[in-house]
Amino acid sequence: MSTMNLSRRSFLGLSALGVASLGGVGLAFAKPPAAGAGKRKVLCVIFQRGAVDGLSMVVPWADKAYYAARPSIAIGAPGSGKDAAIKLDERFGLHPALDGLMPHWSSGKLALVHAVGSPLATRSHFDAQDYVESGTPGVKSTEDGFLNRALEAAGEREQSPVRAIGLSPNLPRILSGGAAAVAFASIQEFRVAGGKGTAPSTARSFEEMYASAVDEALRTTAASTFDAVQRISSIKPGSYPEQNGAKYPGSPLGKRLRQMSQLIQADAGVEVLVTDCGGWDTHAAQGSAKGQLATRLRDLGDSVGAFATDLKDRLDDVCVVTVTEFGRTVKENGTGGTDHGHGSVMMVLGGKTRGRKVHARWKGLAEGELFEGRDLAVTTDHRAVFGEVLRGHLGVQDLAGVFPGFSAAERLGIYG
Amino acid sequence: MLARRTLSRIMLLAALAGCSASSGGPTAAARDAAAAPVPSATPIADAAPDAEAVARAHHALDRLGFGARPGEAERVAREGVDAWIARQMQPATLPDAQLEEALRALPSLSMSMKELITAYPKPKPMPAKPDGAAEGDDAKGRKPAAPAAPSKAKKAKARPGELDMDRIEKPGVPAAKEDAGKKPRQILADLSAQKVMRAVQSERQLQEVLVDFWFNHFNVFARKSQQTLYTLGDYERTAIRPNVFGKFRDLLGATAQHPAMLFYLDNYRSAAEQGATAGAGAGKKPAKAKARGLNENYGRELLELHTVGVDGGYSQDDVRQAARALTGWTVNEPAADPAFVFRPAMHDTGAKTVLGTALDRGGKGDGEQLLDLLARRPETARFVARKLAQRFVSDAPPQPLVDRLAETFTRTDGDLRAVYTALFASPEMWAPEARTAKTRKPFELAASALRATGASYDGSPQLVGRIERLGEPLYRCQPPTGYKDTADAWVSTGALVSRINFGIDLAAGKIQGVKMDTRPLAGSASLDDSEALVDALSAALLHRAPSAGTRATILAALKKDDAVDYQEPSPTQLPQAVGLLLGSPEFQKR
Repeated sequence: MSTMNLSRRSFLGLSALGVASLGGVGLAFAKPPAAGAGKRKVLCVIFQRGAVDGLSMVVPWADKAYYAARPSIAIGAPGSGKDAAIKLDERFGLHPALDGLMPHWSSGKLALVHAVGSPLATRSHFDAQDYVESGTPGVKSTEDGFLNRALEAAGEREQSPVRAIGLSPNLPRILSGGAAAVAFASIQEFRVAGGKGTAPSTARSFEEMYASAVDEALRTTAASTFDAVQRISSIKPGSYPEQNGAKYPGSPLGKRLRQMSQLIQADAGVEVLVTDCGGWDTHAAQGSAKGQLATRLRDLGDSVGAFATDLKDRLDDVCVVTVTEFGRTVKENGTGGTDHGHGSVMMVLGGKTRGRKVHARWKGLAEGELFEGRDLAVTTDHRAVFGEVLRGHLGVQDLAGVFPGFSAAERLGIYG
Repeated sequence: MLARRTLSRIMLLAALAGCSASSGGPTAAARDAAAAPVPSATPIADAAPDAEAVARAHHALDRLGFGARPGEAERVAREGVDAWIARQMQPATLPDAQLEEALRALPSLSMSMKELITAYPKPKPMPAKPDGAAEGDDAKGRKPAAPAAPSKAKKAKARPGELDMDRIEKPGVPAAKEDAGKKPRQILADLSAQKVMRAVQSERQLQEVLVDFWFNHFNVFARKSQQTLYTLGDYERTAIRPNVFGKFRDLLGATAQHPAMLFYLDNYRSAAEQGATAGAGAGKKPAKAKARGLNENYGRELLELHTVGVDGGYSQDDVRQAARALTGWTVNEPAADPAFVFRPAMHDTGAKTVLGTALDRGGKGDGEQLLDLLARRPETARFVARKLAQRFVSDAPPQPLVDRLAETFTRTDGDLRAVYTALFASPEMWAPEARTAKTRKPFELAASALRATGASYDGSPQLVGRIERLGEPLYRCQPPTGYKDTADAWVSTGALVSRINFGIDLAAGKIQGVKMDTRPLAGSASLDDSEALVDALSAALLHRAPSAGTRATILAALKKDDAVDYQEPSPTQLPQAVGLLLGSPEFQKR
């Protein structure tokens, strides 16, 4: 990057930034996306950190081995009472706390993928999350995240400093790399402090300082930061109230999904949004239809459900994918919970998702079918699911650079 | 007067050097200093220390502490960096009365776990069970599968995963005067306040850095449950703090047996699997049979995060066997008076082998033998050595340094003081490429900003909240990994904006509970003389000349403000310049 380039950009951009930080004479950003230029496709990824129990999310109710392995935490078969799983098909049911997703299942927008995960057997949260995010299981030296590589491979439709946004205080590994990617915890906080007692040029001063920073990481981060601040600070979240009666939970996830909806509706130039939610590491007393895990699932289902309701028609251009690092043991452990396992569940919602279907190469839970005799075997690589979405939704044709050394054996038929 | 003080410090140093010579102590550091091309200042009274000595002092204060207070680097340079390090290695000899006085305003800090449970009861007391919680509470401190009352279920729905202590309470005496105001979340507010107060005020800087480091290594998440909340302060106070200068095995053992860790990683529930052979008394308590069996959680993290590391060459089977060895390591009276206890009835008495070694001492001895084994593995030495080098030297520490530290660790049977000594005496620690090579974590940024400006902090919650917004909520790192110690985890767009705003707001007096007088930072510089002002402030806050860009920017900002609005220098000029410097790229590094 040349200094020349940077300073010209600074020069152009900063008067707008300075004014915005003073409290908003509504100057638009330097290069607004052309109106009616066609809706940008947006991919939203929610990382369920901590390894969710896929067998509770999407219950294999027809499998007797499921009930035998889980005397106190299994979810009842559909029709077995008010706490029963919601019937999806002849094999699977949805956890009752995820009922907020049912309207979108019924309308064909939501697909579920079972027995999905990483080809590696690691049961370390840290390593397994890292492998999901790098997209190169087993290769620790990969520096960038696969979603960033996907953006580079997709090519830039129009210049945007906020093509990829992580709704978190720090940039998630899955987004790090050469393509512009930013992170912030909330739209409101993503602006340089101003107001009484400070000069209007505060933001500009910082931009200049960081443009000449000795530390390379700080310098390059700052370059994208100030462009992004400029773009985001023009968004008034209040202009995008929830639509269609959508009700987001007041939880951190609910708030972040609401902001994601606002960023999409504002056409801020975002193509990939990432956030995460935790609390899935249910080693003890995970509960069944109610309890610890059910509470987390309630939050997830209601938040994602509200997001889809809120976006409504815009959901044709938006695809939501959930992923987790691994699943949990088939058998409940000695403390009413489950330990680290292998295969789990992903959700794919919106866009051209082939919904109302549980996609699974299902081998069942009989003892001989389990991975290392204890876990749900992985029969679908999560990269195959992401690959299909990246190709069908973001138009990434060359997946070899996104997932080096991996190519899906066959089309899954989940997306597109 | 100065001479006398310096003299007494030299004598103290001599005494310390003598008493710790057996561990290789500060003598090694002194040797290194003597060999260095630019010698540190000789402690001759009133001699102005040379620039390299001051720079070296700044480096020491930035790495072994949370940065220099006004004038401190010069004092350390006069005393001699090695002497200062030697004193930091003996924290008990450093008077810290002012801090101790300030901390007395937070009564929850000195309470036992039992006292906390009584003084800060759960908001909605549940019918107490004599041996409670063991099978009732889930990891969120709620009753799980039990059919909850409708209203309660609704509440859980509204704020999933958040406990009552989620919001930050003002530390010390609760807002409401009556006892009803004593909510459990107060405990976390007090604990967070003390962590910041210690970092900012304590004379025992190295101790505070090490407590932060080792707490993070043996991380416990405050909000896992009410139980971790009640036990977390005691964990830091009795398991971490007294052991940071001791043997690694003692530190490991103290964490392994503390209720906070036993709760956090579920080992307190872990028992021999059904079908396995258990110790005497097994099966006598059918009431607890409902949740009885193995839980791998602690066994796995013990290997992966506390000792040999994720690349330590263990298998899933090792994890399981380690967990079996630790069955019966549990908590007595978890809901009323938590304390470690070994229960033979829960212990798996079958044969176990971890990393090729049979664990056969029997009973509680199986777990002790496991910890002995892990503490002495070469993989553990390398893992700990690397983490320490990463904290004190650079994100990618030189391998020869890591190897030497690991060798010291092994040779001294995990004597942490000896490892620190080797680290602080290493040429790598003082190499030019190590200077300002580390990016300040949010907690470090906040503490060093207050120290650099000589600001005072009264323990108010706003500063703790700002550290959370910077990305490092104190005591609330959910995964057992702890926070990362490398720049890539902390340098990103949102974090950068938060850092900039933190500096601006801090200097503008917008963070409640922080009092800062910016005028003394300018020293004798006239407020009319922008250039002199910027130079004085840069020297005071950055401890080095700013980059040309930073200097020019701040000058321009001051002049512009001057020209447009004021004939006289603006009263906001000084805070603004301080804010710009605190938010500058230079201040993000240590």
